[in-house]
Parts: sequence; C-alpha cells; structure tokens
Amino acid sequence: MRLRPNLLIGGTLLGFVFVVAATALVWTPYDPVRTNLRRRLVPPSQDYWLGTDEFGRDVASRLMEGAVTSLTVAASTVCVALVLGMAIGLAGGFLRGWTDRILGAVNDTLLAFPGILLALGLLAVLGPSRWGIVLALGLAYAPSVARVVRGTVLSIREREFVEASRALGNSELYTLLRHVLPHTAAPVTVLATSLFGWVILSESALSFLGLGVPPPAATWGNMLASARPFMQDAPILSIAPGVMIATCLLGVNLLGDALRDLLDPRDGA
Amino acid sequence: MLAYVLKRLLVALPTLVLVAASVFFLMRLIPGDPATVILGDAATPEAVADLRLAYGLDRPVLVQFALWIERALAGDLGRSITSGEAVGPLILQRFQVTAAIVFASVGIAVLLAVPLGMLAAWKQNSWGDVAAVASATFLLSIPSFWLGLIFLLVFGLWLGWVPVVGYVTFAEDFWGALHYIALPVATLALIETGVLIRMARASTVEVLRLDYIAHARAKGVPEWRVLARHAFPNAFAPTLTLIGLIMGSLLGGIAVIETVFTLPGLGRLLVEAIFARDYPVIQGVMLFIAVIYVVVNLIVDLLYPVFDPRVTAG
Repeated sequence: MRLRPNLLIGGTLLGFVFVVAATALVWTPYDPVRTNLRRRLVPPSQDYWLGTDEFGRDVASRLMEGAVTSLTVAASTVCVALVLGMAIGLAGGFLRGWTDRILGAVNDTLLAFPGILLALGLLAVLGPSRWGIVLALGLAYAPSVARVVRGTVLSIREREFVEASRALGNSELYTLLRHVLPHTAAPVTVLATSLFGWVILSESALSFLGLGVPPPAATWGNMLASARPFMQDAPILSIAPGVMIATCLLGVNLLGDALRDLLDPRDGA
Repeated sequence: MLAYVLKRLLVALPTLVLVAASVFFLMRLIPGDPATVILGDAATPEAVADLRLAYGLDRPVLVQFALWIERALAGDLGRSITSGEAVGPLILQRFQVTAAIVFASVGIAVLLAVPLGMLAAWKQNSWGDVAAVASATFLLSIPSFWLGLIFLLVFGLWLGWVPVVGYVTFAEDFWGALHYIALPVATLALIETGVLIRMARASTVEVLRLDYIAHARAKGVPEWRVLARHAFPNAFAPTLTLIGLIMGSLLGGIAVIETVFTLPGLGRLLVEAIFARDYPVIQGVMLFIAVIYVVVNLIVDLLYPVFDPRVTAG
C-alpha cells in the first residue's frame, strides 16, 4: 500500500483539534468566560497569545473551549443521526413491503429539504440550545444515513449466508443484527466521517446566526459573530476562530477521502 | 423521451405535497393554540375568533391542511405577525437578492470548475492535477461565512474597493448593486468551485477510461476534440446532479452569507422570523425554499438526458 498523504495530513490536522479539546478539558490559560473590562481588545502578547475579545476574555482559552463544544456537539449529532438512520434503514431494507414504502416516502420527503433548512425549521420549534442543535441536525441528517443503510441491506439480504442463517432457524432479528448489520459498517463509516464535517460546519453556521449554542459558552461560530463589529480594530478575532473551523474541516475531508479509498475501492479513481 | 419527462413530473407531484405537509405539520408542533401562534401574543380575543373561523381551525386537521394548500396555491401565505405585510410578496421581494447571488455564484463556479476539473483528469497524477485537487479540497473546507468576513476585511476595510454595509436593488442602480453582490458572489463561487472541481475531475477520470475514448483517439481525433466532444457530455451529467444539490444547500444556508454582508435576502428573512417567532413567515419561507429545491432538482433531472441519453431508456 502506497503512502497516503491524505490520511497523514488529515489525521494530523484533526488530531491537533482533538488534542486542543482534550487539553481544554483540564487546562486553559484563563477562564474562557471570565470578563475583564479593563483589558478589552488587547492585541496578541506573551500574556494573551491571541489577545482578548470585547469583554476582555482570553481568545486562546475561548478557542480551546470552542473545540470542546464543536467536537462534542458534532459527535453527539452524528450518534443521533446514525442511530435513527440505521434503525429506519435496517427496518425498511429488511422488512420491505409496506413498512419500507412508508418509511421510504417519509425519508424521501425529508431528503427533499436542504439539510440546513430542515435544521432551521426544527430550531424554530425547539428554540436555540446545545441539545436543540444536536436534535435538529441529527434529525436533518438521519435520512441520508437511512438511505445508505437501506441500500446496503437490500443488496445483502438476498445473499446465501443470510439465507443460511434463516435456514438454521435463527430468528429474523438475530439474522438482521448478526449477519446483515456488520456489512453496513464500511459505507456508514465513510458517511459518518462526512457527516462529522457537515455538522461542524452547520453548527458553526447556526451559532454564527445566533441560533446555536447560546453565549456566554464559547463556540467558533458565535465567536465569529461577535467579532464582526471589531473587524477593523481587532482582526485576529475574525481570523482565529475561522482558522480552527477550517483546520477541523480540512482534516475531516482529507480523512474522509482516505477512508473512501481504503473501504470502497470502486471509487478509487 | 416524453415518457421520461412525464414520469419525472408525476414523481415530483407527491413529493411536493409531502414537502408542504411536513412544513405545515412542523409548525403545528409548536406548543399552544395555532391561532395565537399565527397572530402573536398581543392578539385580541375577537381577532383570534375571526382567524379560527377563516382558517377553519375548528375543523379536522386534514381539512385545515387542504385549506392552507388552497390558499398557498393562490399565493396567499398569510401575514407577518411583526410587520403585518403579506408573506407571499415579501418572499418574492427578498428572493430577488438571494436568487441573484445564488445563480451568479453557481454559474461562475461551473464555468471555472468544469474545464479545470476536466483538465486535471486529463493530466491525471501530474503536478497540476495534484495541485488542483489539493486546492479544491482546501477551498471546500473553508466555511463560507468566514471567507466572507475575510473578504470584507481585506477588500472592504483595508483596500476600500467595495462598500462594507448596505444594499441597493438592481432596478435602482445596476452598477451599485453589482458592487454590493460582488463579494458574496465571489465568496460562494470560490467555495463551490472547490466542490465542483473534484466532481468534474472524478467523473472525467471514469469516462476517459472507457473504450469509446480509446477508440476516438485511435481514429486520430485531436485531443481537445476528444475532451470537448466525446468526454465532456458524459462527464458533465453527474456534475449536473451535484449542481442541483449545491443550489439547494445554498438556498438553505444562504442566511449566513446574507448576515455577513447585511443583504436583505430570503435567508435573512427566515432567521429574523425565527428570532421574532413570526410563524407565518417561517412557514412561508420554508415552503418556498423547499419547493424551489424540488423544482431545481426536477429541472436537473429533465436536463440530464441532454448530456446522457441513456437514462431515458432505463
């Protein structure tokens, strides 16, 4: 196997973000939410690596805190989407008939909405909060998981080893979980990686709009939103959080490409 | 061909009805009496009673849905709680801004990305190809609203080439309007170019491996003609599908770009409505964007056979 620069660079970038987040769990240079109005908009220095924001809060500490927020929200959202999507996809693909038709119709309808629009609509109902975001984005992205899982299940369920499991007298549920489910692992892993990136991006966009994780909690999105009025005086406030989002997304995208090459040789063009 | 068109149209109809139904029922998930939700908390009891009668809120929910559809088809999406404006015309007015940005940026991105992606595939694994793929991956990893902020900082504040805040319509001042939408269009076009280069490259690589390309080359067809006449139509078809999806996600996520550049577009309208809990506006905008998305994808499907006639046979 040749050296994969995608895997190497992607892993390094995403690894960096994870290390930053893990560090923030135990240590940040300053308290990320403590304000200090006498030290507002201080430029980067030895004391404040990336300066301070309009409330005198340390930007570096807030970026680290933001990494924790983004990664936990993204991981929880991907879990919600995977659990829901796999349940719907497995049920539809394995049971077929009317169950599949009804689930399929609902799924196609949800897919007819751009994901972020669906999340916006759900947030209008749920109200902005950390778990509102997780639920809204999880519901918005579950249909794409369901579609991939259903497709895989449909292609697996007629194979001989599934027939054999039935012939041995195993129950349908056992057959489904023991013999069909493992085959969805590869496509679902590839999709989950992309999902992770989409959720990081969507969460920061929603937080930027003020519909995400509410202040004073630090997220990269709401840091960018509050930086806008101070763009001229403190450009670092507008630059730093974006660099973090872009680092994270580039890592996810490169890692996703590498995984796709590894797990799905057909697309290896 | 005609059968294909009719079939696609027939499939789109139930999707539209289901999309409308989900928007309608999503708004019904909001706790509280729909009449109070529609009119806002400050409504008088008489107004609430009038609305209940007019919207049939005392009748079964399916009848209410049918009444809502009937009014929506006639262009009546209700009135905004906050401003009292009719939602339908408000959406159309805001959509002009959004449509200008979305169509201009997607158009520019396609013109840039498709030739670049095809060239990269043609010179597969060359330095140029590696550079194209690397920069495309880099571009698509940049959040649009951040790139917008950086552009605003560099071109608006530091260089002073474009105004930082505000908007004029194309009807009022064509050149002025161009100034206001130049940066948002450039921002989105750059990011979509990243997405599209990868797609155009991947599908061209697939196509260039096929026998008919080798055959064309063996016949002595010049390389540029192999690419333009033989590879392009086949390679463009999958890219076309992606363009439909991109337009949808742009329409859904346009609010962030409109927020960065303070443009009075549809996305901004939706976000402001969510903050104000202005449910008739939220419902109207969501329905409008979802319908546009379905229609764009329908148009893409109908255009598909122009580039790849095999699909109509299936």
